Amino acid sequence: MEKLLEVNNLSISFTQYVQGLNRNESKVISDLTIDVNENEIVAILGSSGSGKSLLAHSILGILPYNSHVTGTLKFKGKTLNQEIKEELRGHEICLIPQSVNFLDPLMKVSDQAIGECENEEEYNRKKIKQREVFSKYGLNESVDDLYPFELSGGMARKVLLSTALLNDPDLLIADEPTPGLDSKSVEETIEDIKNLKEKGKGVLLITHEIDVALKTADRIAIFYSGYVIEINKAENFKNKENILHPYTNALINALPENGFKLTEGVQPLDIVEGCPYYENCPIRLEKCENTKPELIDHNGIMIRCFNFKEANDGT
Amino acid sequence: MIKINNKKLAKFIGFKAIRLLILLIVIATISFIMIQLSPIDPVRAYLGQRIVSEEQLAIIGHYWGTELSLGERVLGWLQTLATGSMGFSLIYRVPVTEVIISKFTSSLILMLSSWVISGFVGFGLGVLAGAKEGTWIDKVIKTYCYILQSSPTFWIGLVLLMFFSVYLGWFPIGLSVPIGQLSDTVTIWEWLDRLILPAITLSIVGIASITMYTRDKLINVKKSDYFLFAQARGESFWGIIKNHGIRNILLPAISIQFLSFNELFGGTILVEQVFAYPGIGQATVAAGLRSDVPLLLGIVIVSTIFVFVGNMLADIIYKYVDPRLRSVDDE
Repeated sequence: MEKLLEVNNLSISFTQYVQGLNRNESKVISDLTIDVNENEIVAILGSSGSGKSLLAHSILGILPYNSHVTGTLKFKGKTLNQEIKEELRGHEICLIPQSVNFLDPLMKVSDQAIGECENEEEYNRKKIKQREVFSKYGLNESVDDLYPFELSGGMARKVLLSTALLNDPDLLIADEPTPGLDSKSVEETIEDIKNLKEKGKGVLLITHEIDVALKTADRIAIFYSGYVIEINKAENFKNKENILHPYTNALINALPENGFKLTEGVQPLDIVEGCPYYENCPIRLEKCENTKPELIDHNGIMIRCFNFKEANDGT
Repeated sequence: MIKINNKKLAKFIGFKAIRLLILLIVIATISFIMIQLSPIDPVRAYLGQRIVSEEQLAIIGHYWGTELSLGERVLGWLQTLATGSMGFSLIYRVPVTEVIISKFTSSLILMLSSWVISGFVGFGLGVLAGAKEGTWIDKVIKTYCYILQSSPTFWIGLVLLMFFSVYLGWFPIGLSVPIGQLSDTVTIWEWLDRLILPAITLSIVGIASITMYTRDKLINVKKSDYFLFAQARGESFWGIIKNHGIRNILLPAISIQFLSFNELFGGTILVEQVFAYPGIGQATVAAGLRSDVPLLLGIVIVSTIFVFVGNMLADIIYKYVDPRLRSVDDE
């Protein structure tokens, strides 16, 4: 199995000016490490507004100019810089955006799916391909000439998906593909994403819906206050024994089928010195307050918590 | 590509025509009343420097209807207007309609050429500044716009006149025909030669607003989700500006340009004055200074129609070219 995407110790921060010349450095993603293989769906699960999308943006090289990025990104073993990102995006790495707002309101959807063309010949070739992909997702020819505002929710989602698939990418990044959809469309989206995996593609699914992550992904990375605190197999979420981090436990306990148990507390917005979950943690240790735990491998589960030791029992 | 529903358009224009009619009646009435309340005495203005006796004055006054009540005078004015006559110009001694037609045509060429120039140049500069936001190109264009926007038209006209006509001698100093020549005998080149400088002056003023507007719109597009997505799809920067940027800002820019008809009209009055270009602007100033009430009222009405048509064209563009509004309308 080839590793498609490797993200190592990625941090993204923004420089903002608050009140005149006072600069404020706000860190949105801290020390994020994750990888996506071929034939695999990896979900990044975190609360909305926590900056998960910025991971997608940094992979595609479309972060705003005032952002500051450290860490390395690799695609198929090749370290990415802005130049390579610009070459890859839209071809080998494609984004499935969140909503129809990501389409030009004044351009017919078929032309948007086709995108920029050098000449007539390229356009005609891509037009055939576009028709092919659209029909595969049940979008008939009348859809080609519609403008984005004329699409229904389900149609829009299919158009966005087709748009990403037109160039046959190896890695797809689905940024919140489900919010605002009815349950039937959500099921369809999950199926569509799973089908991509069957075709050997890698998918990075960014979502805040636990349900979608559990149903779709092979591995789930839990994103908390800018940190990935646990990366675990989706199947392990069925059994609480295999869930390590107290925050992940709290998340699972909050699910309706597990009794809606609510844990008090909020995610810290400021940069904390110790463990980001220290304030709310039921099993915290003394050193957690001032020392930050690293993401370690505990029998195949990546965990950021001092309660677990780096271990490999060979399973 | 653009399908226009003729029936809808006819209905729309018909509706607009009714509104124009109402607007004209209101404008005609108000401007007439204002002139009546002003210290201008039409009889005195008509007589000019001639000395007449009290009886003669009374006869002329009676002929002009000065003893009628204000209401009756307004009604009379509207009735005459309805027949298509706007009275007799006191300065030119010909019907007001004739004066306006001849003056307005020469101004129209001036206004239209500067309108087209300012539209193209302004839009181009706006796109460039917006695309290159924050760079030195943007700063140069912005500074240029601020300077233009804050300097009065007549002053720019004077500066251009001094520089190009007096120092460099490239263009004639003024008038629409060479001195000592009849307007019928002027060649098109002589006439164009005299149009360039006033047209440039008038367009320079228009450029600033359209540039700043276009720039701002493009910057907004650059912040939009669809711009981000186009980038994520690997489209080139200038490709996105062309395919998505211009596509989304062209309509609002064109309609802003149509809405600028009133500024155009105001500007032409000043420019014609500076360049001694005999158009509607000069006629307006002359009518005001020499109390030519019929001509002044005629110009008010014609300029109302002019600005109204500009606004209507902007409306039509929005309603019938933008697919979002177009299809709402077709339902």
